[in-house]
Order: sequence, then structure tokens, then C-alpha cells
Amino acid sequence: MSQAPVNSSAAASAATDAGRVQSIWAQIAHDFLRSKPAIIGLVILLIVVLMALFAPFITPQNPYDLMQLDVLDARLTPGSASAEHGFTYWLGTDGQGRDLYSAIVYGLRISLLVGVGSAAIAAVVGTVIGLIAAYAGGKVDALIMRVVDLLLSFPTILMALMILAYMGKGIGNVILTLVLVEWAYYARTARGQALVETRREYVDAARGQGLPQWRILLGHILPNCLPPLLVIAALQVARAITLEATLSFLGLGVPITEPSLGLLISNGYQYLLSNEYWISFFPGVALLLTIVAINLVGDQLRDVLNPRLQK
Amino acid sequence: MSHDSVNSSLPPAPAPVLEVKNLHTQFDTRAGLLPVVNGVGFALQRGKVLGLVGESGSGKSVTGFSIMGLLDAPGRITAGQVLFQGQDLARLDSRALRSLRGNRIAMIFQDPMATLNPVLRIDVQMLETIRAHRKMGKAQALEHCRKTLARMGIPSPEERLKAFPHQLSGGMRQRMAIAIALLNDPELIIADEPTTALDVTIQAQILSEMQQLVRETGTSMIWISHDLSVVAGLADDIAVMYAGRIVEHGSVDAVLDHPQHPYTQGLIGSLPSANQRKSRLQQISGMAPNLLDLPPGCAFAPRCPRAQARCQQPPELQTIAAPTGAATATAHTVRCFFPGAAADFSRSAA
Amino acid sequence: MIGWLLRRIGQAMLVVLAMTVIVFVGLHAIGNPIDILIGEDLNQQERLEAIAHLGLDKPLLQQYFSFLQNALQGDLGTSFVYNEPAIGLILDRLPATLELAVVALVMAIVLGVPLGLYAGMKPASPVSKLLMSGSILGFSLPAFWVALMLIMVFSVQLGWMPSSGRGDTRSLFGIEWSFLTLDGLHHLILPAFNLALFKISLVLRLTRAGVREVMPQDFVKFARAKGLSETRVMIMHVLRNTMIPLVTVLGLELGSTIAYAVVTESIFAWPGAGKLILDSINSLDRPVVVAYLMVVVVIFVTLNLIVDLLYKLLDPRVRLEAAQ
Repeated sequence: MSQAPVNSSAAASAATDAGRVQSIWAQIAHDFLRSKPAIIGLVILLIVVLMALFAPFITPQNPYDLMQLDVLDARLTPGSASAEHGFTYWLGTDGQGRDLYSAIVYGLRISLLVGVGSAAIAAVVGTVIGLIAAYAGGKVDALIMRVVDLLLSFPTILMALMILAYMGKGIGNVILTLVLVEWAYYARTARGQALVETRREYVDAARGQGLPQWRILLGHILPNCLPPLLVIAALQVARAITLEATLSFLGLGVPITEPSLGLLISNGYQYLLSNEYWISFFPGVALLLTIVAINLVGDQLRDVLNPRLQK
Repeated sequence: MSHDSVNSSLPPAPAPVLEVKNLHTQFDTRAGLLPVVNGVGFALQRGKVLGLVGESGSGKSVTGFSIMGLLDAPGRITAGQVLFQGQDLARLDSRALRSLRGNRIAMIFQDPMATLNPVLRIDVQMLETIRAHRKMGKAQALEHCRKTLARMGIPSPEERLKAFPHQLSGGMRQRMAIAIALLNDPELIIADEPTTALDVTIQAQILSEMQQLVRETGTSMIWISHDLSVVAGLADDIAVMYAGRIVEHGSVDAVLDHPQHPYTQGLIGSLPSANQRKSRLQQISGMAPNLLDLPPGCAFAPRCPRAQARCQQPPELQTIAAPTGAATATAHTVRCFFPGAAADFSRSAA
Repeated sequence: MIGWLLRRIGQAMLVVLAMTVIVFVGLHAIGNPIDILIGEDLNQQERLEAIAHLGLDKPLLQQYFSFLQNALQGDLGTSFVYNEPAIGLILDRLPATLELAVVALVMAIVLGVPLGLYAGMKPASPVSKLLMSGSILGFSLPAFWVALMLIMVFSVQLGWMPSSGRGDTRSLFGIEWSFLTLDGLHHLILPAFNLALFKISLVLRLTRAGVREVMPQDFVKFARAKGLSETRVMIMHVLRNTMIPLVTVLGLELGSTIAYAVVTESIFAWPGAGKLILDSINSLDRPVVVAYLMVVVVIFVTLNLIVDLLYKLLDPRVRLEAAQ
């Protein structure tokens, strides 16, 4: 059998693979936009992201700069005007005199940073480990999967508490905690999908072509693993944001001078009983909208990508 | 239904147990309205077995479900009557229907592993059938179950009762399902392909057991099957269905020995036993019809070796006189413009 | 069956052992164990004595074994803050946490199963659609925020329920439980509901999915063919078959409920183990943290074991295969 036909057929299959992957994304986008809740979620998400990106430009105050805060303006009701600084506290102020609106926007920044950052890192780490497990097979695979199963059966908050108890607080540790807690999801999915893909014909074709294993892994198998990983990533971001907020709320997360949404809510708790609800309420709504939006998007993504997975 | 001129020598037939008149059942699907049962009618006398035969998609199972009132949405009866002991089941309210089901009319399904609840014991599933319709103490009801199993010739009934469905063999499971059907002494049993999921040897056993049961209890039965050979030994009458309509109906001897409809002939001809050793199995050419796209007129015309221009019109059922002129209890009817023996028409060699 | 049971118990013990290693490493390898365990306000002589007493001068592996030995005898160290055995502190507060978690789980079942059943039976009805959207909300809402809102509405605005603390208790089997008193129940409602919200959504969705899967199966049709009442078909046949996988999920969820009680206890000032560990983390009371982690891991592993066992017992197909 001459080389040429094998090469060209494998190349053709690789090309159609690439082409298949391209048109798949277009189809996914089209299917995704069919659901109204998902579109709403996407829009909200976009607004949130834009607000977070342009935070310094759209807020009258940097809530993390202690110099800009005026304690005399503490606990003002929504809509009150600042005596000294010439702008209105649209959403009121918190116990330290922070403009709640600014605090929320900056808090969204932290939430998104932590949520997306930890999800991204966990995705990379988890996917690599999962692919290694699938590629190595045998005992290595069994061991990795054992660890993964164990990790996944543990309540995340317990692990987070444990890690933070030993490592101490701070954003960096929170991100580390989230990564340690999340990578297992990606590992399991990546491995499962990789095992399915390795049985497909195009992998045999690539092997027959003499491509090295890692090329096959990265160039062929990985792109086909992406859809379910994407779904997990979307939902994990929501979970990560919630977890960070919870940890900050409990006082185990961000430092008190740079409050994220969770810490803002926590700070406002003590004022709840004197009916100064806005300090907890508005950050909560912002958090809620973000999480619900991500969940809507993630749900629809899962619905859209799932039947595809059966193929 | 007796035809006066031919059967005037017979005493007037007693009222049939079941009389189905012009039954229409439709399914409202997204693709369109499916006329799954398209004007089916027959009568069933007491103690008689009717074999309802057809390929999958012919509407035979749905006919059974329509009679029982067990149609799943989006199916519904759109016309016709189902007269059971004077009541029209198609118009009965759900409560009255429920009191008849499992009581006066029972049904046996195809796959007993799927029809018996896997997490409940057999005795629980039998007891609930009895106690849904009669007031009976648990011990008494259990005794009744035991008796029914014994009557069917099942050894060590106590053990069977305590078992779970997956602990029994396929044949035994189906016997349990049959026992459940018999518990309340129904007048009518509708059996939907009860032996299709079983081994051939078990099939034969169950068939003969059913035959005996019917003779002993005088229960009427509708046996739905796609396999003519299965029904041949058991049925008194046979009705052949195609695309939602009955295309041939008559006593078992008449239909099997003197089939008039080309589809029936095709079915018989495709039975291995009917052919000589060395000749090829006859096949009915073409595929099962798409109910959304039925041809005008006779639904079988596209596959029929004797179809002509006339077959664009829908044929009605016509009665065929028995060849020997003898009187038969059931009239032999055919839905064809050109009924008759295959030999009279065949252009293609076997 | 016995063989399987022994293997599972062995696995469970391995997990607990792994946990002891992790906990030990955390205690002794991160940060300066001497400072952490001894505290700082001792003079040089007392420090040396304490070090020798605690065995901190011995090799690490030996320290681990003595740690393990002590743990098996129930000694997990002494709390810095309270100066009592750490394990005693945890066990004292455990009933309060268990109470909260169990009541929350019961709420989840009592509310989630019937609602899920309805949503599965009539998926197209507006009520069902509302329930499904509501359940997404129940999933997404951060529990601590919901807790605050609940307090806002029911305690501050309406004044129906207390905003914090545990109610009066009565003794049963030598342990104080608050669900046995009316005042106790009154204090339980809000925190338990808060804890339950996530679970209710979960149970609702799972029940609905299970019902949708079971209902089209043939044995349901056969049950109807036997003339059984719709109620009986729904409960004995549909629900019965749905519940088996559901029970296993719920059992596992009990473990995570106990863990997540931390948040609820903190907000409602509920005197359970969760609040204790939060305070301990903040006050660097490491022995208590260790004790909490070990206790929770043991509970968790035991629950998993029981759930696995339960599943084997409930599903006759699985049970009998295992026996043969």
C-alpha cells in the first residue's frame, strides 16, 4: 500500500475534522440562541462583564481606596446625596461610608475574577490530568479516578474550610482553594470523553499515519472533548462565585479592606435588624443576577451540547 | 355477524361478547394526524378466539389498547363503537372503564419482564388486582391466587408467589401475567403478542396451555400477533389487518385454506412450513405503508401483484361464499376488488 | 454480600486513614507547629517541657503514629480557647447540627417529593413550569443571602420567628434535643428551611426526572390494565420505582447538609459544630479544627457506607444478585 493515499485520506479526515469542528460551533451558537431565558442570561452576563471591566470609569468612587471613604457618610439610605463629595449615593452607603453602587461594581470584579480565574485554572489542570489518565490507562488511570471520585463525593465547603484553615485567608488562597476543589470535575469529564474519542476511527487513521500520541491527544481528541468541558466550566463559574461569596461572607476570603460581594453582604448583616436592609440587599441582588444569568446560560449550553454528545 | 342468505339454517347467534363497529383511532403527532385504526369492525362470540394478525404498524395493538381504553396521548378514539355487554366502552367514563379493566376485560402484554414491576413481589402484584375489584381478605385472596396458579398447572405456586419477577424464567413470567389476567374470571382477554418474546419451545407450551384454558373457562380471547402460524392453532376466527383496516376476516379454516386477499396469501406464502423444501420463500415486495401518506383507495395496491386502475378506489368488505357451500358461523369477508386464489392471478412464478 | 460489605468497610477505613494523614500534615507541616500547639506566652523552660511533653521533638513519622494512637483512643488534642478536650467540644455540639440537618432533609423530602411527582405527572401545566423555574432559583441563590432575606422578612418585618439561637431543649437518650419542644421547633423552622432550600430544588428535579422516566414504562401501563386506581398506580408503581435511586442521593446529601450547616449556623447563631469550627478557624484553635474534620469525615464515610448498603437492600434485583 503506497503512502500517498493513506496520507491524503487521513489528511482529508483531519481537514473534515477541523471543518466539522468549525461548523459545529456555528450550529451550537444557533441552537443556543433559540432559548429566550438563555438570551436573557447572556445579556445580563454581558452587562455584568462590561461593568466589571470598566469599573473605574463608571463609578464615582474607588471603594477600596480608604482615603476616598468618608465615615460621616456611613449608612445613608439609597438616594441620599453626599454632603462633601458632590455625587449621589444611589444605592446608599455601608457601615464604612462606602458608596454601595461602587462597592458592588468593584465587588463584581472580584467575583468574576475569582470565579472565572479559578474555573480557567481548574479547567486546564483538570483536563490535563484527565487526559493523562485516559492516555496512561491501567493503574495510573485507576488511581487518578479513585482520587477524583473521593474528591467529588466530599462536600466542597468542607474542603474549602479545611484548606483555608491551614493556609490562611486572602484572595490568592481562595482561588487556590477553588482550583483544588474544582479540578476533579474537569478531570472526570475529560477522561471520559477522551476514552470515547480514542475509540473513534479518526484516531486510528491518525495513528496509522504515524502521528505521535501527544499530537493525536492535543490536536484531535482535545477539540472533541471541549463541548462537555465547556458546559461544566459555565456551571462551575457560578459555583465558584457562590463559593467565594460564601467564604468571604464567613470571613475566610477577601480582606476587609477590599470587600467582594460576599463580604459586603456579611457587613450588612448587623444592620439588618435595624431595618437598614440595603447594605445586604443590593449586593445580594447583584450576586443573584450574576449567578442566575450564568446558570441560565450554562443550562441552555448543556441542553444544546448534550444531544450532540450522543453522536 | 351472520349473513342471512347463507346461514339461515343456523340457530340465531347469541349476543357477542364484544362488538367493535367502525372503530377509528387517531394519533395527533407533530408530523400530522395518523389514522392508526381506520374503520375496524368485528364481533367476538363467547368462548371464541379471534386472531388479529398484521405486520407492525398495521394498527393491531392499538386496536387492543383502544378497546381497553389504554391509549396514550396523543392517541384517541375518534369514531366508532366498542360494545361490550351492551356498554359502549369508547364512551364510558374513566371510572367505569377502570372497574371493567382487570376485572371483566383483561390484557396480557408482550414482554413480561417489562410488564411486571421489577421491585414488587409476584403475590403483591396479584393481590392488588384482586383487591382492586372485590372485597376480599388477604388470606382469602392469596388462596385464590394459589388456586389460579394450580389451575394453570404451575408447580409449587407458593414459591412462585414469593418471588420477584427477575427470579423467574421468561416463560414463567408470562404465565404469571396470564394468571393475573385470569384472577377475576374475565369474559374477555386481549393478548398482545404474548409469546413473541419467548423461546419457540416455550411458545408452543404456552399456546397449548392457553388453548386449554379457553376451552375450560369459556373466556373469549383476542390474540394479537404478527405471526400467522402462532395463531393458526389457537384461533377460531382470523382477521388480517393492513394499514389500519381489516382486509380479510373469517374462520381460521376459511382464511388459511382459502385466502382471498393477496396480502393474506403473501403472509401465508412467506411461512416456511407452507413452502416446499426447495422452493424459495415467497416475500411480499415493498415496504410497510407510511400512514401519513396512504395512497387513495386500497392501501395494499402499491405492493399488490394484481393491482389495477380500479384499486385507486377504496374497496369495501365483501362476503365470499364458502367454497363447499357449507354454513360457517363467521362469514368470510375480504376487502379487495379482485379476491380469489393466487393461482388465478399469479403472473410471477414461486 | 458479606464479602462486599467487608471490602466496603475496608475502603471506608482507608479514607479515614487518608484523612488522618492530611489532617496531621496540616497540623504539623504548615506553619510552625510548635507555636500553634503550644502558644506563645510561655517562657523558655516551659516551652522545652511542653515540647518534650507533646513529643514535638521526635521524628515526624513517630509523631504521626502517636497522633494516630491518641486519635483511636478518642484524644484529638485540647482546645486552646476552651482548654477542654477538642473532641468533647465537638460532640457536645453535634446534636444541634444533626438536628438542623435532619429536619432540613425531612423538609426537603416532604416538600420536594410531592411537588416533583406533580411536575412529573403534568409537565406541561403552568404550575409545573413555575416549579421548575423556582427550582433553578433555589439552586442558584446563595444560601447565606437567602438566610438574610428570610430573617429580614420573617423576623424583622413580620416578627413571626426568632432570628437567632436555638430554642428550649428536652432530653432524649441523655442528649438535649430542641425539636421536642414547641419553642425549639419555633427556632428550628427558619434555619432548617434555609438549609433545606437547595435540597428541595434538588429533590424536586430528581423526583420529576425519575417520574418522567418511569411513567412511560410498560409495567405502569400494565398496572392500569389491571384496573388499579390511579392513586395506587402512582404510589405503588411509579413512586416506588423512582424512590430507590432517590434514597441513595438523599443519603449522600445528608452528609453535605451537615457540612453546609456551617453557613446557616453562623447566620442564625445556632450553637452547633459548624459555628464552633468557624470560630475556631478564626481564633486559630487548631485542635478543634482537627477534631471537627475527623468527626465529619467519619460521619461522612459511615453515611456513604449505609447508603450503599441501603441501595443494595432496597433494589431486589441488586440484592438477590449479590446474594447468589
